Amino acid sequence: MPDDQPNLTIRPAIPDDVAQITRLDQETTGVAKPDYWRQQFDLAQRPENQQYFLVAEGEGQFLGFIIGKVRAWEFGSPPCGWIFALNVPPKLRLHGAGSALFEAVCARFRQAGVTKVRTMIARDAQLVMSFFRSQGLMAGPFIELEKDLDE
Amino acid sequence: MKLHIATRHALFAILELASHPERQMSATDIAEKFNISSNHLAKVMRTLGREGMIDASRGVGGGYRFAANPKRLNLLDVISIFEPLQAPDGGEAGDDTAEGRALRKVLSEIEDTIRATLSSITIDTMLKIVRRSDDGKGAERAVAALQSRRWS
Repeated sequence: MPDDQPNLTIRPAIPDDVAQITRLDQETTGVAKPDYWRQQFDLAQRPENQQYFLVAEGEGQFLGFIIGKVRAWEFGSPPCGWIFALNVPPKLRLHGAGSALFEAVCARFRQAGVTKVRTMIARDAQLVMSFFRSQGLMAGPFIELEKDLDE
Repeated sequence: MKLHIATRHALFAILELASHPERQMSATDIAEKFNISSNHLAKVMRTLGREGMIDASRGVGGGYRFAANPKRLNLLDVISIFEPLQAPDGGEAGDDTAEGRALRKVLSEIEDTIRATLSSITIDTMLKIVRRSDDGKGAERAVAALQSRRWS
C-alpha cells in the first residue's frame, strides 16, 4: 500500500461522511447530489447488495472516498467488481489516498469472489484515466455506445 | 495502428532510460538492446534532447539520461513529436459529401480513442506494463502490444 500519506487508513463510510462526500463531489462536478450519495450510502449498509462505500482518512482528515459494487451478468459479463465513484480532494492528491482506496475496494471484491474489476471513464478525463491506468487497468472487451434519443 | 520507425526508437529509448533514471547510457547501448540502428537512434535522441525529455553529456563516460517526470510524460507526448495523430482537417476529395462527412465522423471516433488511450498512459505506467510482461524483452513487447491493439 502506498505510504506517502502518514497514518492513512481506509474504513467503511459512516453517516457523517455523506455531507463531506457531497461537498467534494459538488466541488469537482459543480452539481450537488445529496440524495444520490445518501442512497449509495444506504445501499452499502446491506451486505446482500455487495456494495462497498469506503473512505480514506489520515490524522482525522478526510482524504477521499470510493464506491464499488459487484455486478453480475450485465451484457453477458460474469460477476465482476465495478468502481463507479472515486474522488480525492484536489489538494490532497498524489499522496497515495486514491491508490489505497482502489486497493481496499479490490480487496473487498476479492473477498466477494470476483476476479475482475472494471470502471468507465469519460474519454477526455485524462487525469482519472491516467490514475486507473497506473493501477493496471487496460481496455476491456466492451465498448460503450450511446445516441441522442431525439435523433 | 503502425508507428513510424523513429517513434518506436524514441519510445524504446525513453523507456530504457526511464527504467534507470540514475544511469547514463549511450545510444549504442540502447540500439544494441533493441537491435535497431544506432545512427537512426542518435538522430532521434537529439530530438528528444531538444524536447527536454532526456539530457545528454559528452565525452568519456557521457551518454543520455532521462530528464522528464515519468508520472507526467505520456505516450502521446512522445509519439506526437514524430508523427501527427490529429484528424485531417478536410480538403480531400469527397469530404463535402454526406458520405465523406459520415466517413470522417467514424474515423474521428477511432482517432479520439487512440489519443485518449495514448494520453492516459504515462511512462511510469508503461514501465509497469513492461515489468508485467517482462521476460527479458519487456519493452519491445509493450510497444508491440501497443501497435497490435485493435482500436475499435
